[in-house]
Amino acid sequence: MTRWLLWTLAGIILGGIVHLATILLLPRTASQDAYERLTPITPVNVMTPIPGPTPAKALLPFMDPAFAMAVCRYDLGHGPMKLTAPVSQAYTSVTFYTKLGVAYYGINDRAAGRRTIELYLMTTAQHDAMPEDEDVTAADRLIIESPGTTGLIVLRALSPEPSLMPMAQAAVAAARCLQSQ
Amino acid sequence: MRLLLGSIYTFVVAAGIGLGSTWFALTHGAGFGTLRVGAWTAQPKAGTTDIDPYSRAVIARSGALPVSLGDGVAFRAARDDQGEPLDGRCEVTISGTTPPARYFTLTLYDPDGRLVANSLNRHGFTSEELYRNQDGSFQIAVAPRARAGNWLPTGGVDRYVLVLRFYDTSVGVATRAEREAPMPSIKRTGACR
Repeated sequence: MTRWLLWTLAGIILGGIVHLATILLLPRTASQDAYERLTPITPVNVMTPIPGPTPAKALLPFMDPAFAMAVCRYDLGHGPMKLTAPVSQAYTSVTFYTKLGVAYYGINDRAAGRRTIELYLMTTAQHDAMPEDEDVTAADRLIIESPGTTGLIVLRALSPEPSLMPMAQAAVAAARCLQSQ
Repeated sequence: MRLLLGSIYTFVVAAGIGLGSTWFALTHGAGFGTLRVGAWTAQPKAGTTDIDPYSRAVIARSGALPVSLGDGVAFRAARDDQGEPLDGRCEVTISGTTPPARYFTLTLYDPDGRLVANSLNRHGFTSEELYRNQDGSFQIAVAPRARAGNWLPTGGVDRYVLVLRFYDTSVGVATRAEREAPMPSIKRTGACR
């Protein structure tokens, strides 16, 4: 009897380890995460408008249908990127995600100021490698450090009413992500 | 023989407990830093690098991109104020006020995050579209059949979830109480079809 209790206890402890291991490993093995779903339709380092969700078809679950969206699937392997996006009439935001879908930076038009949003994206190593004097002139430009070389830049523009959707779509379609050097 | 049986038994118990609890956590949501206001829950940290391992696994599995905290906060409700699951065959009224935000959007999804087909092609409201009372509060009828005023069609689905997203808002990781984030109530107001 005690023997079986011990076996059970061992099973419970091992079960706890299995639980933690699966939770921690799942993000790395998920084949249907946002990055994988976007890969077929988004070329690398090109800002690509994403079709809005409909009941029949949505690229990602839980997309906000009131927003026009564009995605730049970036690879910083060949140098830093520069993002420029015109601010739409209502509300515009830019969110940076790691390849695993973690939102590591988000900013909206009011925080980014000006009529266009201009952001520089680089890895920590690329930021460190920037010449000293360039860093001084960089004081007024917004530099974001990416935790990895790949990830997603997601631009969203709100259409406060359905009739304004074409304007929101035009705003995200005019955004660019370009190799900055 | 005894050792073999014992080990097999241990592994079966381990697999059952380990995978079962993982499945439960991913489908029912494990709440680390969950902000609950009435029937609504939000995980402001899920939009930051402080995201907990459970939310990380949930987004990886679903493929959803969380709203970043610099952008806003998303509240979700799958049940009404009485704790009943939201049923698209019944009439529910969302009423009250919302926390301060530049804009908000309310969207109705099926439990997997797809929009629900309906004759009006309406899947939600933005804060600009709502008809409001003089004091700024509002009522939204979530119902299978047309209603006067703000009507959000359910398409008659069994189960749905509501997501209320606030953009450019003061609600965030530091928000603790209802006083800081007054959320609208969700009450069943009509019979089920």
